[in-house]
Amino acid sequence: MSGTFVGMPAFPKAAHEAVHNTTLRGNLRHATHTIRGKRAKAVTEVSDWAELREAGKRIKDHTLRHLDRYLVQLEESVTAAGGTVHWAADADEANRIVTYLVKATGESEVVKVKSMATQEIGLNEALEAEGIHAYETDLAELIVQLGKDRPSHILVPAIHRNRGEIRDIFAREMSEWGRPAPEGLTDTPAELAEAARLHLREKFLRAKVGVSGANFMVAETGTLVVVESEGNGRMCLTLPETLISVVGIEKIVPTWQDLEVFLQTLPRSSTAERMNPYTSTWTGTTDEDGPSTFHLVLIDNGRTDTLADEVGRQALRCIRCSACLNVCPVYERAGGHAYGSVYPGPIGAILSPQLRGTASEIDASLPYASSLCGACYEVCPVAIDIPEVLVHLRERVAQGGPATEKGNKVVLKPAKGHAAERAAMRAARWALSHPGALRTGQRLASRTRRLHPRTLPGPGKAWSASRDLPAVPAEPFRDWWQRTNGGRTNGGKQEGTK
Amino acid sequence: MSSRELILGRVRRALADVRPDDTPYEQAVPRGYLREHGDRIVEETVELLAENLADYRALVHRTDTDGLAGTIAGLLAAHGSSSVLVPPGLPQEWLAGTDAARVADRVESTPHELDQVDSVVTACALAIAETGTIVLDGSPDQGRRRITLVPDHHICVVRVPDQVVSSVPQALERLDPTRPLTWISGPSATSDIELDRVEGVHGPRTLEVVLVTGGGD
Ligand code: SF4
Repeated sequence: MSGTFVGMPAFPKAAHEAVHNTTLRGNLRHATHTIRGKRAKAVTEVSDWAELREAGKRIKDHTLRHLDRYLVQLEESVTAAGGTVHWAADADEANRIVTYLVKATGESEVVKVKSMATQEIGLNEALEAEGIHAYETDLAELIVQLGKDRPSHILVPAIHRNRGEIRDIFAREMSEWGRPAPEGLTDTPAELAEAARLHLREKFLRAKVGVSGANFMVAETGTLVVVESEGNGRMCLTLPETLISVVGIEKIVPTWQDLEVFLQTLPRSSTAERMNPYTSTWTGTTDEDGPSTFHLVLIDNGRTDTLADEVGRQALRCIRCSACLNVCPVYERAGGHAYGSVYPGPIGAILSPQLRGTASEIDASLPYASSLCGACYEVCPVAIDIPEVLVHLRERVAQGGPATEKGNKVVLKPAKGHAAERAAMRAARWALSHPGALRTGQRLASRTRRLHPRTLPGPGKAWSASRDLPAVPAEPFRDWWQRTNGGRTNGGKQEGTK
Repeated sequence: MSSRELILGRVRRALADVRPDDTPYEQAVPRGYLREHGDRIVEETVELLAENLADYRALVHRTDTDGLAGTIAGLLAAHGSSSVLVPPGLPQEWLAGTDAARVADRVESTPHELDQVDSVVTACALAIAETGTIVLDGSPDQGRRRITLVPDHHICVVRVPDQVVSSVPQALERLDPTRPLTWISGPSATSDIELDRVEGVHGPRTLEVVLVTGGGD
C-alpha cells in the first residue's frame, strides 16, 4: 500500500501534536459527538438492527470465504454487461492501468468521486506525474485538495477544518484550479457551498473521463453501487464518456438481494440518515445513457495478505461507514492525520498494518492506537471485532510470528523498540495469574500516588512520552468494592477523593 | 503470470482454511430481518412516504389525475421556469397546463445545454415509504440519468398507491438491476462544513414530489 504519508511520524508522536491543537480538537469533538448522537437515534428507528447487522456480517464473511469464486463471477457479469475488467496486484499497477486508460482517451483531465481506494493507491499524484489533472468533486475533498492537505475522516474528510479556514482556502486557491471564488465570499456554509457548486460545475460540464470507486459490487449481476449525498457522484458517473471505477476486491456481495441489508445499515451508520440523498447503480454500460465505455479496475494491494490471516480477515468486511471513528475516544483526541494513512480511526488501526505490513514505525504503532474500550465493535454494522484484531496485531508486532506478505508466508521478527511491550506482556500475564500480587501493586500505587511522575522512567518512557499518565485513584477499585460491598453501603463514595 | 492469475492464486492460498464443504450461500446468511417495519394500511404507507420525503426537505404535493396538469403548471410557474426538459415517454397531458418551452431529452444535448434548462418533469419507477426515497430507472417516462441531475429543479410524479412500496427490501424485489438506477432521498445536500446541512452542492436544489391518485389504471 503506497500512500503512506511521507515522513509520517509514528502514531504516538503525531497524536501528541494533534492533542495539543485546540482548534482541531474542538472541531473533531463537535463533529464526532453530533454524528454519534444522531446515529444512535437512526439505529433505534429500525427494530431489526441486530438481525441486519448479523446478516451483513454473514454475507461479507461468506463472500470473503469464497472470494475467488465471486471475483470470477463478477468479472463474467461485468464483461457480459459491456464493461472491461482489469486486475491490479498493487498500487503501482493500478495507477499504471488507470493512467493508460485515461491517456487512451486523449484527455488530460478527469473528474473524481471521493474514493478511499484511489486515495490508498495515491492515484491523483500518479496521474499528475503523467500530466493528467484529477479534480476531486466531493465538497470536503475539494477543501482538502485546495488546502494541499490530507483527509482526516472517512466520511467528512475536512472535519478538521472550520468554516473560516475553508473560506480562506477557497478565496486563495480556487483561481489556481479554475473558476475563482466569488468576490466578497463570506464563511456561511451556504455561500461556501455555492462557491464550490460554481467552481465544480465548470469542470463537470466539460469532463470526458470520470474516475470513481464503489461501495458495493454485485457478483450475480455485475452491478456497481455508489452511495453519496451531494450529486457529484452522479455527475462523475453519468456525464463523462468514459468511466473508470477502481475498487478493492473485498467490496463484493453475492446477490442483488444482499443490497437490501447494506442499503439499510450503511446510511444509518454513516450519516445517521434513513437514506442518503443519492444512490446510483450501474451495470456495465447502457445505450445512450451515461458513459459509453466502462472499465473496472480490481485492486489487491495487500488485501489477499489480510485475507490470509484468519483473525485479521474480518477487517475486510468493512463497509467504510465511519461509525467507529465517531465513537473512538482516541480518534476524537488524536484526529485522523495521526493514523498516517487514508484509513483513520479504529478501522485504520487494524486495516493499515495489515494492508501494508508492520515493518514501518507508524504501522507498528497503529495497533496501540486504541484504549480497547470496545465502542467501535458495538457500533460496527458488520460486527468487526476491532479490539480482537488489535490485540492480535499487537502480539504480532511485539512478538513476531507467521504472516503473509505479497502472497508469501513469512515469519516476522519482533519489531524493534517493542522490547518494553514484550516485557509488559509477560509481566501482565504473570500479574493477572497472581491476584495477590496485583492487589498489592495497586494498593502501593494508590498510597504513593503523590509521588508519581508525569512520565514513566526507564523502558516505560517511550510509552508515556506521548500520553499524560492518568492520576492513580485514592483507593484501588478492589478495596473500594470490598469496603462498600459493591457500592451498597457508604453511599459508594470514596474517601479521600477530591 | 497475469495479475489476474496472481491475485486469484493468492486468494486461493489465503483461503486454505476454508473447507470445500463450507456452508453454501443459501444457508450461510440468516435473513431474520424484517421485510417491512410496522403494520400499516395502504393509506398510512402513502402518508409515511409524504412525511419522510418532507423530512428530507423535498416539497410534497398531492393531487388526482384530473388535477395533475394544473399542479405541474403551477409548480413550474412558481419556480419561474420558462423551459422544461421532457423525457420521451412522459404522458403528454401532464404538461398540458403549462406554456414553458419543451426541451427534448436527446443524446446529442451537451451538459452545457442541459444546464440552461430551468426544470425537469419525470415519472418514477417506485417510491419507498420508510426511507422517503424515489427511484428512477431510466424508463422512457423518466429519461436519461443526467436530465434529473443538471437542471436545478426536479418535479417527480409518483402514482399512489401502486408505485409505493414500504421498504428497501420490497423495492429491490421490484427493481431491475440491469437498468441504471438513481435513488433520490431529498434534494442534493452536504454536511461537509462543520456538519451544517446545506442543500444542493451539485444536484437539483429543489425536489418537488407530486403524489397523484387515480392513475393506476
Ligand atoms: S469498521 Fe465497521 S464501523 Fe468502522 S468503518 Fe468499517 S464498517 Fe464502519
